[in-house]
Amino acid sequence: MEVDFGPAVRDFRDELRDWLADHLVGEFADHRGVGGPTDGAAWEVRLAWDRELSAGNWLGVGWPREYGGRGLGLLEEIVFEYEYARANAPYRATVNALDLLGPMLLKVGGETQKKRFLPPILAVEELWGQGFSEPGAGSDLASVRTRADRDGDSWVVNGQKVWTSFGMHADWLYVLTRTDPQSVRHKGLTMLLLPTDQPGVEIRPIRNLAGQDEFAEVFLSDARTGADMVVGEVGQGWRTAMATLGIERGTTLLPQQLTFEREAEAVIDLARDRGALDDPMLRRRIVDAWISVRIMRTTNLRTLAELTAGRTPGAQATTAKLYASTRHQQLGQLATELAGPAGQVVGEDYGLDTRQRSFLLALAETIYGGSSEIQRNIIGEQLLGLPKEPRP
Amino acid sequence: MDLTFSEEQDELRKVVRSFLAKHSDEADVRRLAADPHGYDGVVWRRMATELGLQGLAVPEEYGGFGFGYVDLGIVFEEAGRALLGGPYFATVALAAEALLRCDDAQARRDLLPGIAAGETVATLALTEESGRWDEPGIRLTAHDRAGGWRLTGAKTYVPDGHLADLLLVAARTLGGISLFAVEADAPGLARTPLPTLDQTRKQARLEFTDTPARLLGTEGTAWPALERTLATASVLLAAEQVGGAAAALDAAVDYAGIRVQYGRPIGSFQGIKHKCADMLVEIESARSAAYGGLWALDADDEAEIAIAAALAQAFCSETFTRVAADNIQVHGGIGFTWEHPAHLYFKRAKSSEMLLGTPSYHRELLAARIGI
Ligand SMILES: Cc1cc2nc3c(=O)[nH]c(=O)nc-3n(C[C@H](O)[C@H](O)[C@H](O)COP(=O)(O)OP(=O)(O)OC[C@H]3O[C@@H](n4cnc5c(N)ncnc54)[C@H](O)[C@@H]3O)c2cc1C
Repeated sequence: MEVDFGPAVRDFRDELRDWLADHLVGEFADHRGVGGPTDGAAWEVRLAWDRELSAGNWLGVGWPREYGGRGLGLLEEIVFEYEYARANAPYRATVNALDLLGPMLLKVGGETQKKRFLPPILAVEELWGQGFSEPGAGSDLASVRTRADRDGDSWVVNGQKVWTSFGMHADWLYVLTRTDPQSVRHKGLTMLLLPTDQPGVEIRPIRNLAGQDEFAEVFLSDARTGADMVVGEVGQGWRTAMATLGIERGTTLLPQQLTFEREAEAVIDLARDRGALDDPMLRRRIVDAWISVRIMRTTNLRTLAELTAGRTPGAQATTAKLYASTRHQQLGQLATELAGPAGQVVGEDYGLDTRQRSFLLALAETIYGGSSEIQRNIIGEQLLGLPKEPRP
Repeated sequence: MDLTFSEEQDELRKVVRSFLAKHSDEADVRRLAADPHGYDGVVWRRMATELGLQGLAVPEEYGGFGFGYVDLGIVFEEAGRALLGGPYFATVALAAEALLRCDDAQARRDLLPGIAAGETVATLALTEESGRWDEPGIRLTAHDRAGGWRLTGAKTYVPDGHLADLLLVAARTLGGISLFAVEADAPGLARTPLPTLDQTRKQARLEFTDTPARLLGTEGTAWPALERTLATASVLLAAEQVGGAAAALDAAVDYAGIRVQYGRPIGSFQGIKHKCADMLVEIESARSAAYGGLWALDADDEAEIAIAAALAQAFCSETFTRVAADNIQVHGGIGFTWEHPAHLYFKRAKSSEMLLGTPSYHRELLAARIGI
């Protein structure tokens, strides 16, 4: 099944295909498919690739022209993601800003903020990190403790954030803070934009289980930002945060799904090479892996079709993350098993090949963006209407 | 390609659902289940005359409405939800489809209008003692004698075979696999209903002793048409399975919301809530599997149909069985009783899982079709 949205979008698609064919060459082509939502491999090459995309005016396809975007519609955005993933271009280093902060600002940001921040995102001049989680607030995001106090024209921020993806590259953070010290839970929170280039911000990389320094902890001690750096309203940070999370859970799946399809094809090739297709137990798991990626694809197509028809996406839009993340882990386990003892050997300095990286990094997919348990709570309570967890 | 439902399709779903809520409620399902010959002729006729369900996807030139497979899939999903008893699957998914696929326009003109009008109940007799749904499984033989074709041998596990007015029978001739039409009252035909674990879908054993039959299409060329028929039926059965699973989940969720233990509704416990959430994840995935098949059928994409059909059966079968079993679990003791409807879904799930071949069989079909 190919995504085809008719002649209107076909020109756009052809233009993009040509451009990718011309520009995805050399070093960029050598880094096909490298990187992921939490995989910082080949960072410098990928940044250069993002700049290449920017020069070609391919970033912010759906963003308004006044902020440097192309002003095109949802269809073109989808086609862009699809063709991009099809070409197996490097995973965009600036995806945090492009897929999360940008859409959030477009939705709830003030005019001055949009003018100030959106063009540098598209020009790949400023990189962003998401500062939501804290040591004491992960799944339970409403228990955020990082404080922001008003001091004249600025906010003074104190606290600690953690697991900030690509935090060590970030020029700016968007952070969820508590601005009303008396408040509890999701009331009294405020979303602030905070520059990292100041004495009050200390960012320390954290090494993940794949040996990479791809996320960080952030210490904020009397860090300052302007009063005009509030996104949305003071005290309404929860709403702003939820809007971002909604975006996060929705957008990343389409390009990911094509990556998973490639991995499944690679698993089949590997199995064939090793003669594993004759082993009935393995054979079953291999066919099931193929089924899983095919189902992910159809599920995404259903959601896309609903979005483009102007319909509210059905339950599958929410269940897709849980399905994809769990099945992707099974695929990784299978691939690793089929690779055998040779596949267990890593390079110098714990250097991992693509298969090994994907296998290990998949473990994060059931944790970030709402863990599987939290997804199940959401599905149970919001989609099925089951009684809420008793909360203190 | 249109991958979402139109407003007309939403409307179709609503109409079918409310019709079935009235005519296939739990009492109806149980009444028909208890009756070995059971199906409700009055409801059957109203399905045809008021809603046009038997002829929905039959082309207009043969007395139908010429709708697509996505539309038909909606009806099957709703039929599964309501555990509709009677020969709808046999007549529409198997027999009408076999007629549409076989190379015999005259037979279509003769036989399809009766089906579309709700006057003819029909089925496809393919399986024999071996229970196989593949070409080598067909052993029953047909001979061309002076005066026409005659069948000799037995078919069994034939869906609604004892009810059908018209039997389409796959048989082996000197030329290969051929398809025949046999009237219910043909001489030399003995029909025995089989008592089955799942009482909501009937099966029968058919014995043919020199039974006169009408050859459909060209002798020896029926297998490709039958294979395509089985692919279509696989997708429609998958849609039915999705509907059944969705109904089982609804029941589990309703119960989890009202049953109180330890001073809380059991649905507030994660052990139950997460089980229900997992059921929905599986069902939505199964929906994708079934809908993918329906789109392929409407696109008439032969290669894609072959893949999507095997995938849909491999996946949706297991989903329905698992969800139906989980529904019993969520209900606790009450779910284990004859009085509670949960077992009706569970048994339907298991029999559907094997109706067109097991999930393992379909996995192998899929593997072969994608070159694994
Ligand atoms: C690779 C990676 C990148 C990340 N990037 C970012 C980022 O850029 N910015 C950012 O702000 N955050 C980021 N996160 C943080 C991520 O959002 C949190 O890790 C996640 O929300 C879980 O929180 P936690 O780690 O504190 O685990 P906890 O909340 O302590 O959870 C531990 C376990 O308990 C379970 N659990 C918790 N609450 C419940 C409940 N109510 N019911 C049932 N089970 C429960 C969880 O499912 C989990 O299994 C990232 C995480 C990872 C792994």
